[in-house]
Amino acid sequence: MPNIIGKRKLFLSISGALIALSLVFLAVFGLRAGIDFSAGSMLTIAFDTTPQLSELNAELDNLGYGTAIVQETGTEDFMIRLPAITDGEKNSLKAGLTAALGNLTERSFETVDPVIASQTSRVALIAVALAALGILLYLTYAFRRMPKPMHYGVVAVAAVLHDVLAVLGIFALLAAIFGLEINLVFIIGILAVIGYSVNNTVVIFDRIRENKLRGVAPTFEGVVNRSVGETLIRSINTSLTTIIVVLALMLFVGATIQNLAVVMLIGIIVGTYDSVFVAPAILVIWDNLDRRRLGGRVTA
Amino acid sequence: MKKHLPKLITILALFVLSALIVLPAGKGLLLEKPIELGLDLQGGIHLVYEADLSGVADGDKGATMEGIMGVINNRVNPLGVSEPNIFVQGDNRIVVELPGTELSDAQKQRIGSTALLVFGEKTENEDEAVWTNSLGMWKPATAEIDGVVYELTSSYFKENTYVSTDQFGRIQMNFEWTEEGSKISEIVTGRLVGKSLGIFEGDSALLGDDGQPIAPTVNTVITDSGIITGLSTTEAQLLSKQLNAGRLPVSLEVIYENTISPVLGADFVDLSVLAGVIGLLLVIIFMVAFYRLPGVMAGLALIFYVVLVLAVYKIVPVTLTLAGIGGFILSIGMAVDANVLIFERMKEELRAKRTVGAAIESGFSRAWSAIWDANVTTLIVCAVLYWVGSSVAAGAPVQGFALTLGLGVLASMFTAMFVTRTFLRSLIGSSYAKKLNLFTTETGEQHA
Repeated sequence: MPNIIGKRKLFLSISGALIALSLVFLAVFGLRAGIDFSAGSMLTIAFDTTPQLSELNAELDNLGYGTAIVQETGTEDFMIRLPAITDGEKNSLKAGLTAALGNLTERSFETVDPVIASQTSRVALIAVALAALGILLYLTYAFRRMPKPMHYGVVAVAAVLHDVLAVLGIFALLAAIFGLEINLVFIIGILAVIGYSVNNTVVIFDRIRENKLRGVAPTFEGVVNRSVGETLIRSINTSLTTIIVVLALMLFVGATIQNLAVVMLIGIIVGTYDSVFVAPAILVIWDNLDRRRLGGRVTA
Repeated sequence: MKKHLPKLITILALFVLSALIVLPAGKGLLLEKPIELGLDLQGGIHLVYEADLSGVADGDKGATMEGIMGVINNRVNPLGVSEPNIFVQGDNRIVVELPGTELSDAQKQRIGSTALLVFGEKTENEDEAVWTNSLGMWKPATAEIDGVVYELTSSYFKENTYVSTDQFGRIQMNFEWTEEGSKISEIVTGRLVGKSLGIFEGDSALLGDDGQPIAPTVNTVITDSGIITGLSTTEAQLLSKQLNAGRLPVSLEVIYENTISPVLGADFVDLSVLAGVIGLLLVIIFMVAFYRLPGVMAGLALIFYVVLVLAVYKIVPVTLTLAGIGGFILSIGMAVDANVLIFERMKEELRAKRTVGAAIESGFSRAWSAIWDANVTTLIVCAVLYWVGSSVAAGAPVQGFALTLGLGVLASMFTAMFVTRTFLRSLIGSSYAKKLNLFTTETGEQHA
């Protein structure tokens, strides 16, 4: 049985560093809000003869859309992010691009008003808060026969927040490199990560509950360490099968669902890490703190 | 094996039933319709209008929104969209979903313009002409009161228009002028006795039952109330409802628009199917490589899972969006989790030198609480997502994802606890169950 809990300082330090780094990335690069959060228009077009990205950028500049952000989708489509434009403006833009770069087809067009954008941001925050509350309440209920049921709920939620923060930070870094913007699909990804992360954590907590009730080890630390070890292969295997399908999504479906796949991929890795190495460790640390406060006379 | 025959037959029957519902793709032998695709997959237009209700009393807001929805419905119908979806979202929004359509800008604008009848008089002057139809050129009929020019419109109708029939059984829509409207009408109709008064909605004439523009001749000065004849019953009733709502000082603004070409949607479907099939195969290969015979069982159960879930999508029905497909494909990866949990338990039991039969039984029963708690928490997150999706203007993808993931979680619990378990149980007592190397990649030494 690997002594994972025994090395908790190391793993907590890694997590701490990860969180610190994420905060730095968020502060330095920030998250570029897509039109779902900042209002604006997104036009996706495909040319009969695909031009160079630089040609398209130059032509957009020519037409007075110098601030437009262009992203290639991998299927020879271009996603052009613009300030909010009307249908009329869109048509003259298309006409201008056609004149310069040849025939094009409009693949999709999306316009978001500031009212909607600010509401979407607010609702996204509410969603994360509600999900956390739901998890906290359910786990406290599910672990009600344990000596400190709240611990499990609180630690699971802390693990979720850890994952969300790490995903945001790493995404900020990737976004800065690859020019990704956050959109509604990104939020779906974050919530999927929450679901996944908590799922993973609960399986391990469940084993802790079982092992504790069976009294497999004299100390709580021993119980937790054994539980983590017993579920280790399951944790890795489930992550692997999920990573397999996420990679399939990422490689084949392309830009539209890219944010979901990227967020899920980071989330699965970070979520698995913290479920195995961090969340159970925090349970032990918290338990030890309580014990010390009570004068060290409470047994497992 | 024999003991489990009824269950195996049930599973097979369920599989065949699901397969017949799903296949052939896009039709289904038992349920002859394709899986419903969201706008992002079949192409189409998603518009969200926001109504300015600042001038409406709180108690009237619901009725006003219903009235506006009626107006929009009426305007969308002539566009010939096969399955338009129009609904009120929240207090002041109207969502219009038009699958498989492309609209001109003018059409989009017309959908959202406020319901308003404008009365017009004939003009000879081409510069003044606002409308031109088979009856001639028209301009809005105006009256000047105290130096201010007023157009005669339905905004001066009282909110009590209704439909009745006259003594000859002809349909008439009755209206009453407000105090202000009555003054304007008096001047306008006074000037137009013996001439026609055209009725226009937006940029074209209001059409009667016979398809002709409605333009009654003014017989006498109208001060209090009036009637419009020539409409069919349904049109008159609709118009009456619209006017009762439409005369309210409400304007609509497009706050969200998403247009996706049908070509792009079809691309997504093809690519998603490819991603799904490849993901599925890789997961099965992984499970077989890692868990041997139980892995084969899990692989079969996973195929069962995919067919079952697709059948459920069709029956519920679930409108599949791109994010929904993402949720579904993701659920394929997560669906084996219950199996992984159980198989790992089985390995532990085998290590403790239990028989294969005992290991299977206790593997399932001991993994259950973990499967339950983990899945309930995931379902809680799905419920939150679904609720969130209903309150965001562009929330259809969010709801689609929540629904597909949630259904996936439920189906995977069923598949793991019923299908995989039955498969494995039916092995107990057979010669396969004696070959430990079929159940674990670990060497058999410690089990002896």
